[in-house]
Amino acid sequence: MSAAAGTGVLGARPSGPRRLRRFILPGYVVAVIAYTLVPIAVMILYSFNKAPSGRLTFAWKGFTLDWYKHPFDIPDLTSALVHSLEIASLSTLIATALGVPAALALARYRFRGRALSDVVILADIAAPSVVVGASLLGFFIYLGVPRGFTTILIAHVAFNVAFVVVVVQARVRDLDESLVEAAKDLGANPFVAFWKVTFPLIFPGILAGALLAFALSIDDFIITSFVAGQTLTFPLWVYGAVKVGIPPQVFVMGTLIFLAGVAIAIANVVAQRRRGPATA
Amino acid sequence: MTARVAQLRRTAVPYVLELPGGLWVVVFFVVPLAAILSVSLMTGNSIDGYSLTWNFHIYPEVIDQYSTQFLRSFYYGLASTAIALVVMYPVAYWIAFHGGRHKSTMLLVILLPFFVSFVIRILTWQFILADQGIVLGTLKDIGLLPSDFHVLSTPAAVIAGLTYDSLPFMALPIYVALDNIDRTHIEAAADLGASRLQQFLRVVLPLSAPGVYAGILLVAITNIGDYVSAAILGGPSTTMIGNIIQTQYVENANYPTASALALILMAALLLGMYVYARAFGTRTIQEYV
Repeated sequence: MSAAAGTGVLGARPSGPRRLRRFILPGYVVAVIAYTLVPIAVMILYSFNKAPSGRLTFAWKGFTLDWYKHPFDIPDLTSALVHSLEIASLSTLIATALGVPAALALARYRFRGRALSDVVILADIAAPSVVVGASLLGFFIYLGVPRGFTTILIAHVAFNVAFVVVVVQARVRDLDESLVEAAKDLGANPFVAFWKVTFPLIFPGILAGALLAFALSIDDFIITSFVAGQTLTFPLWVYGAVKVGIPPQVFVMGTLIFLAGVAIAIANVVAQRRRGPATA
Repeated sequence: MTARVAQLRRTAVPYVLELPGGLWVVVFFVVPLAAILSVSLMTGNSIDGYSLTWNFHIYPEVIDQYSTQFLRSFYYGLASTAIALVVMYPVAYWIAFHGGRHKSTMLLVILLPFFVSFVIRILTWQFILADQGIVLGTLKDIGLLPSDFHVLSTPAAVIAGLTYDSLPFMALPIYVALDNIDRTHIEAAADLGASRLQQFLRVVLPLSAPGVYAGILLVAITNIGDYVSAAILGGPSTTMIGNIIQTQYVENANYPTASALALILMAALLLGMYVYARAFGTRTIQEYV
């Protein structure tokens, strides 16, 4: 089907390297995709690997379901995962609460300082994590703030706000302003107009921003590694375990997080399809 | 009077909406960047503490001491960016022009690695590339590789890890740019007698440039500043500047040195971005980042 679809796209000339389009390029694409999936396969495969010492070796020792029966047997690892989930949930909530109003302001009002805000938000997203993490740690040390759960949360909100603003802002820009005007003409005060018209329309954007924030937070390693103090999140625990050997439970949890993420992504795509192209 | 109050209120609305989020970002992103400038100019040691002595000499000192790691970071970062670009452009092209109904499914598959925790993603390469792992171990067992062959701890392993991690970041903006190309432009070129190669080189490639620029920028900044690939897949001879900053700050509590290094890295990247933007134009980059 793809080759047939391809003939029409690049103009109607039948000449040219047709073989490239029909076999070589699709074959190459499949190969690259397969390559990108190798680490996922390795993670899932090794979560079934026997490990008599409780730490995985690079060699394959045989199939077992043991680690799926006892995924939470390592208390430190489990509490690190719980920290990650708590920080991801809280930072998503705070970043969304702070980011949505800011996105509304940036997308719907012209005001002094707007251009500067755009630059700062872009810088927040583009700045290398090492620099962000190092500067936050320097700041906390300077102020004598002890590092731990709270400082991780503060750091995660600081980068998540920027992503929420960017995602929600795009959604607000696409919003048909006349719908809000219509609500106001029909006697709705600004708050009613917001809750009844604007909010439902930008909700998919808010949801997308929140999901992205959650994913970025639960996955963040570099910035967290600077501001964590003695508190460990899931990625920090895994990194720390590299030198002494990885317990199979790490790959079990990795696999479960992977499956949960994919399920949410698919549910999101399906929900958007059902709502129609307007919400894509 | 009430009209003026109403006017004032309307002017205040965007500020009130933006203030909480803006304040958070200013206090915990902008101010810290300024704060480490002052930390970098301190002298002292980790036991007695540090005090501000305006020690500007730290900058030439750390540049001199860590120039190898700086250059290596740019080498690894830019090499992995270039490889990711060459590998992913055809893939993005194929999905945009020949993906048909399966475009979104194919994109989701490209993005699947993102659902694996970042550290685990790098860690699995340790398992794949290990001397006695599934790949090298097997190849050695059947005699296709000498038994002392190794990949881990070499620059190749670090660059491979960085490259792998940037593939989706590179593919996405290029795909968006390619997918936005008005197909009638290509048809027009064909009607005017352009060969397929000419259609690609003179229409498709230039129109996809904004996506390419955005992808390069995104990936290069991330990879030059990375330290996880080097820490997990590399060895003592592959230390990047990110590793130095992390060790000096978190483990050695040598705050001035680490702060100076972080600021130099930031300045070098900003300078690079400025030159890059002047050379290739920036108007469209912002739309993709």
